[in-house]
Amino acid sequence: MDKIEKELLKQIADIEEVPIGAYNIRENGKGVARNTTANIDIVTKKDKPGIDIIVKPNTKNESIHIPVVLTQGGLNDLVYNDFYIGENAEVVIVAGCGIHNSTCETSEHDGIHTFHLAKGAKIKYIEKHYGEGEGTGDRILNPQTIINLDENASMEMESVQIKGVSSTVRETYANMKKGSNLVITERIMTTGKQTAKTVFDVNLDGEDSSVHVASRSVAEDNSVQEFISNVKGNAKCFGHVECDAIIMGNGRVISDPKIEANNVDASLIHEAAIGKIAGEQLTKLMTLGLTEKEAEEQIINGFLK
Amino acid sequence: MLELKDVCFSRDNKQILKNVNLKIDNNKMVVITGPNGSGKSTLAKIIMGIEKPDSGKIIFNGKDITNLSITDRAKTGIGFAFQQPVRFKGLTVKDLIEISAGNNIKVCDACDILADVGLCAQEYLNREVNAGLSGGELKRIEIAMLAAKKSALTIFDEPEAGIDLWSFNNLISVFEKMHEDIKGSIVIISHQERILNIADEIVLIANGRVEKQGKKEEILPQIFGKIKPCHKLNNGEACNKSEED
Repeated sequence: MDKIEKELLKQIADIEEVPIGAYNIRENGKGVARNTTANIDIVTKKDKPGIDIIVKPNTKNESIHIPVVLTQGGLNDLVYNDFYIGENAEVVIVAGCGIHNSTCETSEHDGIHTFHLAKGAKIKYIEKHYGEGEGTGDRILNPQTIINLDENASMEMESVQIKGVSSTVRETYANMKKGSNLVITERIMTTGKQTAKTVFDVNLDGEDSSVHVASRSVAEDNSVQEFISNVKGNAKCFGHVECDAIIMGNGRVISDPKIEANNVDASLIHEAAIGKIAGEQLTKLMTLGLTEKEAEEQIINGFLK
Repeated sequence: MLELKDVCFSRDNKQILKNVNLKIDNNKMVVITGPNGSGKSTLAKIIMGIEKPDSGKIIFNGKDITNLSITDRAKTGIGFAFQQPVRFKGLTVKDLIEISAGNNIKVCDACDILADVGLCAQEYLNREVNAGLSGGELKRIEIAMLAAKKSALTIFDEPEAGIDLWSFNNLISVFEKMHEDIKGSIVIISHQERILNIADEIVLIANGRVEKQGKKEEILPQIFGKIKPCHKLNNGEACNKSEED
């Protein structure tokens, strides 16, 4: 693995060498390193590109890293990763994709991740997307996350895209059974002419299921973002969607929230706020000794933290 | 330390400050008081650089700072606690205290400062300064930020607003401790008699002018003959009307 690839790995998965625990590292469309443990198996799919990650029931305190790096221009990498998490297992999964494109051709990675959490399973899923490179070619990432939560299963998903991705369509679909819980935290920053579209479609099918989606984004320069959410309460359930965006320069953000209560005991909330940085926030930080630019950076960094 | 010379300020054809001349010496606790709309908050903003005077000069430690930016004034040793503290989605109490201290503060010292303003560090240090905090909590955090900044001149704009009565004594001791620790000057804009009582000097502003300035012992009896202190009226409800009104 060369210096660029190591840097990408650090950016997306916070690892410099091989990670501890189970892992599968994919580089330019091919698996290059893998490790399994007594409780976690990783199997290459036979019918399409991708892997199955199988976690035995009651596995505790283990982690799985499945980063993808692309350094080859003109590559369109499509991958299907399926996660089977056994009953009452508790694991951390770190995914993410880093693209370094120094060519004029488009580099694209479309990761389709499907999660099957058995009863009582609990996972934390961290996904970071990052792009860099001096080439004029686009860096495109279109992740799709499909979440199936069985009874009392819970998932915490952190999705971050801070830098360098020309265009992204990020879709998340969730089907939730009785007592299951889903928390999604999304952070996106776009600059230049980048575009980012986020779709959340959640079916709260089971009694006492709950979802909380918190999206914070910053659109700078001429970038455009779109946030679409549709939370359907089909039982006695609770859903909360919160979308906050800061716009700067000619940045644009479109927020299209939808909540659908199909059961009289469904309780659904949507909050959305879009605006530039408040002048009084800048003034306050300037009275503490920051310049206007430093104050702006501090506010943005805090907002996306 | 600070001198305002013939400072004038108008907005919307209304003259808010009229040839204000004011001197604040080193290491003094000064309380500025006066009726609502008399120009006290504007004066504070002009000292901090948030508003620019139409004419006049501001001298700080012998240097003309009239045209300095807010940032430069902050760096040169002026601090300002807002009357209505600002909320920040994403920034924590710890972040703001660190920024205030110029990123040069130990966590234990930040905790001590929070304890001084009556907040439990364990509970508040990592909390976002967002809409989830009450007005009183925000006010205490604002005061904690200024305690961490340790400015040569710190201005508090109505620090008592939003602070509940049982915390009021603590607030007084926070100012006294700050004054002792920092060895700088503290300027408090207030209507509260108990705050007026801790002043070395009192400045009375009325109709955009400095009407009186002097030692507490001289000014306080004159003021009480002119302005009814709040706590004596309506069970502490705000009342800033002078008897002339």
